[in-house]
Amino acid sequence: MAEELLKVDNLSVNYGAIKAVRGVSFSVNSGEIVTLIGANGAGKSTILRTISGLEKVADGIISFEHQILNRMPSERRVRSGIVHVPEGRRVFPGMSVQENLQLGAFTISGKSQNNAAYEAVYEHFPILKDRRNQDAATLSGGEQQMLAIGRALMAKPKIILLDEPSMGLAPLYIQKIFDIIQNIRDTGVTVLVIEQNANQALKIADRGYVIEGGKITATGTGEELLASADVRQAYLGG
Amino acid sequence: MSSIIQQLINGVILGSVYALLALGYTMVYGIIKLINFAHGDVYMLGAYFGYFFIRVMHLNFFIALILSMAICSVLGMLIEFIAYRPLRHSPRIAVLISALGVSFFLQNGMSYLYGSDKRAFPQAIETTQYHFGALQISNIQIIIVTTAVALMILLHLIVKRTKMGRAMRAVSADEEAAILMGINVSRTISFTFAIGSALAAAGGVLIGLYYNNIDPLMGMTPGIKAFVAAVLGGIGIIPGAALGGWLIGILETMAQAVGLSNYKDAIVYAILIIILLLKPTGILGKNKREKV
Repeated sequence: MAEELLKVDNLSVNYGAIKAVRGVSFSVNSGEIVTLIGANGAGKSTILRTISGLEKVADGIISFEHQILNRMPSERRVRSGIVHVPEGRRVFPGMSVQENLQLGAFTISGKSQNNAAYEAVYEHFPILKDRRNQDAATLSGGEQQMLAIGRALMAKPKIILLDEPSMGLAPLYIQKIFDIIQNIRDTGVTVLVIEQNANQALKIADRGYVIEGGKITATGTGEELLASADVRQAYLGG
Repeated sequence: MSSIIQQLINGVILGSVYALLALGYTMVYGIIKLINFAHGDVYMLGAYFGYFFIRVMHLNFFIALILSMAICSVLGMLIEFIAYRPLRHSPRIAVLISALGVSFFLQNGMSYLYGSDKRAFPQAIETTQYHFGALQISNIQIIIVTTAVALMILLHLIVKRTKMGRAMRAVSADEEAAILMGINVSRTISFTFAIGSALAAAGGVLIGLYYNNIDPLMGMTPGIKAFVAAVLGGIGIIPGAALGGWLIGILETMAQAVGLSNYKDAIVYAILIIILLLKPTGILGKNKREKV
């Protein structure tokens, strides 16, 4: 069995008085694609945000490569290999595609390393190479998503956390993004992806967890969950 | 005609100092959305350090300028660390009031320590007037403009070409996304205060050399004017601050030239109101649009 990379143990997160995540446990092994699926507001985004340090752990333990992350500042999590692509892409407006990628490599020192990283990103996303000097805000939604993922790859992640990568994209791009996620995994990067598009996500995932009301209600391989009557009814439209 | 050109030149000189100050306002606003009311007082401190290094230590003017900038950049970071950082997640009004508090503290602290009287700023560089027909310009004026422009070019290079500059722009565009890039936001904010305060100090030393006197309240009016300049140019936008500074400087001297000396400040603020009514985001401000 592959080595455990990320472990979330009995995690709870609060937003003020609201308990957004209640005692969630799951793990991601090296080289896997794992997906968290569930309705809007189920707590999926909060889990990712807590893993990358944007939200505080109220209870429970998050560990990465057997090191406890709970109080580690976000920038050190990035340096240790956890890179989060936030919901809504969040590319830096007013900066070129190239500058956005440069910021992705903020934690990496050494120019030659970065040049290789640019080439790798441009290989995944040739369109970004054509648009390298263009303001990131002028890209289409799909291109911005590619840039957001490319920017994350610049940081040389061990695990990439993707928050709704297909949201708001044209169908053509949705397929592309899921293909790219598989390509990224094939280059040795572990993927934790949350999606409302459960069908697509489960098709590419090794394993999945269903989140409801801040708790995990079902788990299994991607195929098992796709075949499960409950999951089909709740998230896949019957 | 030549007197108008002469006033234009004088306006550019004064405007250069406003521009240096306005840059600090706009950078700080861009990164933490704070109107740093203590900024004008850092300019005052810069003038006092310049005074100290020239009069007491007998240093060369430019060495005094650089030392004063260096000390004020540390002070700027200290002010942020003590008075603003603990309030980072408080309502913005709390930080604003804290900034006012720092401003009063610096003004009154300096009055207490060194007296509230004006002091003569040493004539570190002997004035020479150059005449071009009816126009005249002094070496001091040339030094002010060239120093200001050189510092602006340096700032531009820092912001556009260095890693910390990119971090500044990233934090000011989207703080949370910047955190996800592994950028240390606190360090980036400190850096912004350091740069802004150094520019303010430079403005203070230059104005000391120009007007020949300094006092603990000297930062108040230029501070407000520079803030107006930053808003006029489009707050948060670096070239806007420079443009706004020069515009205000020129407006002010022009108002004096046509015999409205008593109304020069009123004219400056009236223009601000008109421009903001026509274009609320300032001259270079963009109306934000988000792409989905």
